[in-house]
Amino acid sequence: MNMINSLISGLSLGSVYSIIALGYTMVYGISKMLNFAHGDIIMVGSYISFCLTTYVGMPGWAALIGAVAVCTVLGIVIERLAYRPLRGTGSLSVLITAIGVSYFLQNMALLVWGANPRVFKSLFKGLEPIRLAEGQIIITAESFFTIIVCVVIMVGLTLFVHKSKAGKAMRAVSEDNGAAQLMGINVNQSISLTFAIGSGLAAVAGVLMCSAYPVLMPTTGAMPGIKAFTAAVLGGIGSIPGAMVGGLILGTIEIFSRAYISTELSDAIVFACLVIVLLVKPTGLFGKKISEKV
Amino acid sequence: MGTVLTVDNINVYYGAIHAIKGISFEVNKGEIVTLIGANGAGKSTTLHTVSGLLRSKTGDIKFLGKSIAKTPAHKIVAKGISHVPEGRRVFQEMTVRENLEMGAFITKADKVKPNVEYVYEQFPRLKERKSQIAGTLSGGEQQMLAMGRALMSNPQLLMLDEPSMGLAPILVDQIFEIIRNLNKSGTTILLVEQNANMALSIADRAYVIETGRITLSGSGEELAKSEKVRKAYLGG
Repeated sequence: MNMINSLISGLSLGSVYSIIALGYTMVYGISKMLNFAHGDIIMVGSYISFCLTTYVGMPGWAALIGAVAVCTVLGIVIERLAYRPLRGTGSLSVLITAIGVSYFLQNMALLVWGANPRVFKSLFKGLEPIRLAEGQIIITAESFFTIIVCVVIMVGLTLFVHKSKAGKAMRAVSEDNGAAQLMGINVNQSISLTFAIGSGLAAVAGVLMCSAYPVLMPTTGAMPGIKAFTAAVLGGIGSIPGAMVGGLILGTIEIFSRAYISTELSDAIVFACLVIVLLVKPTGLFGKKISEKV
Repeated sequence: MGTVLTVDNINVYYGAIHAIKGISFEVNKGEIVTLIGANGAGKSTTLHTVSGLLRSKTGDIKFLGKSIAKTPAHKIVAKGISHVPEGRRVFQEMTVRENLEMGAFITKADKVKPNVEYVYEQFPRLKERKSQIAGTLSGGEQQMLAMGRALMSNPQLLMLDEPSMGLAPILVDQIFEIIRNLNKSGTTILLVEQNANMALSIADRAYVIETGRITLSGSGEELAKSEKVRKAYLGG
């Protein structure tokens, strides 16, 4: 029974990683950059949601929508101001800029909200956990809804990129930016849209994560950001199904290591799994072979 | 016969490399015009500049009398220019049908279906493979797909970059037959080729590009006979 409880919390944590990893992988796919500020968008989203419930008195769901809206705009603005001017200048300068944006967001948060940890009020406060098998299996409302939301996002996003015109345009730009322009696709718009979606999802992930682990600090987004990045690489960066599966695997491994091996070592075990996967399959689980075009 | 495309004194640089050194030429309505020249002479660069993927530092490019030299690349196709890039560059992970839809990105929704039918008519092979992932097609099929994709926007000017590259001779014949048919049905064609023999055989007019400059021009026939062209590009 313990196994099953661990599996459920693993999938729940993994769902959060998946949602964050989607942002990493989509942005990488379309603009071939690693947006290391992505984790900090999670933190901003959580703070916005926290403020809206605590100071404005909004209900949790409305605060979530507010957080998504703010982060969507924030994602677009960051891309426009920090990354777009550097497009085509080589990946190192973009990478360094992304790290800079990350520190900028953390320090802005420090300035605005202070260093003291805030206690985040769960979005699902007051909801009873689900008890199965005579109370031996307990599914908290947080776990339950996190997994549901993750499934909805996965299905929705998959439909979006495969069925909608804007989604197909995003795939086209990801694959061949130049050819996409020849089709009449506005690459800037596609990239903005990708940042918007990724950042909006990060806000959702932040609120879900802080509902389950309610301590909110300016560095809250850093570790889940790195883990989700790991998940995206594990699944094959650039691949949407890869991010989903990578996140779920990573979350499950983390919880099982905590429960059965060692809490202290759980992070090390998670990253060791990444190393092993990359040794065996360097492109990640769902990654494509990258062949240089001549 | 009106002029469709006028390229007037363009200079294009890759960083410090001066790739196009003052090229001017024009394409008239209903013509097949070809740019021939060796690898690296600047043929593809010229097409990329017309498409807006590269910019000229000088001069002007006019399409149907209006300057497009500053038009962003993604707005060129809506003006009526379709570019089939070198190496086909179909979207490898999309199906044949999705590739055609991408070609119709700016086409009005009610014209997409008839255009798909038209492309399938021109390239029956694509119809057979419509649900197949483009990356699994053969080279010839990918070339057909790239051309079909470019036709989806009802272009007035079709620019083809090395359509014969890497294809078996029989396929090259097929592709050129299709180009001639497209031209007969009213599409003006600007063709870039290393296969000068083939290109000159169907071209109304031709320009020879050498290291970023046009060194020779004339009708396809004239150039095919020219001593210089025969020596340099037609193997004696």
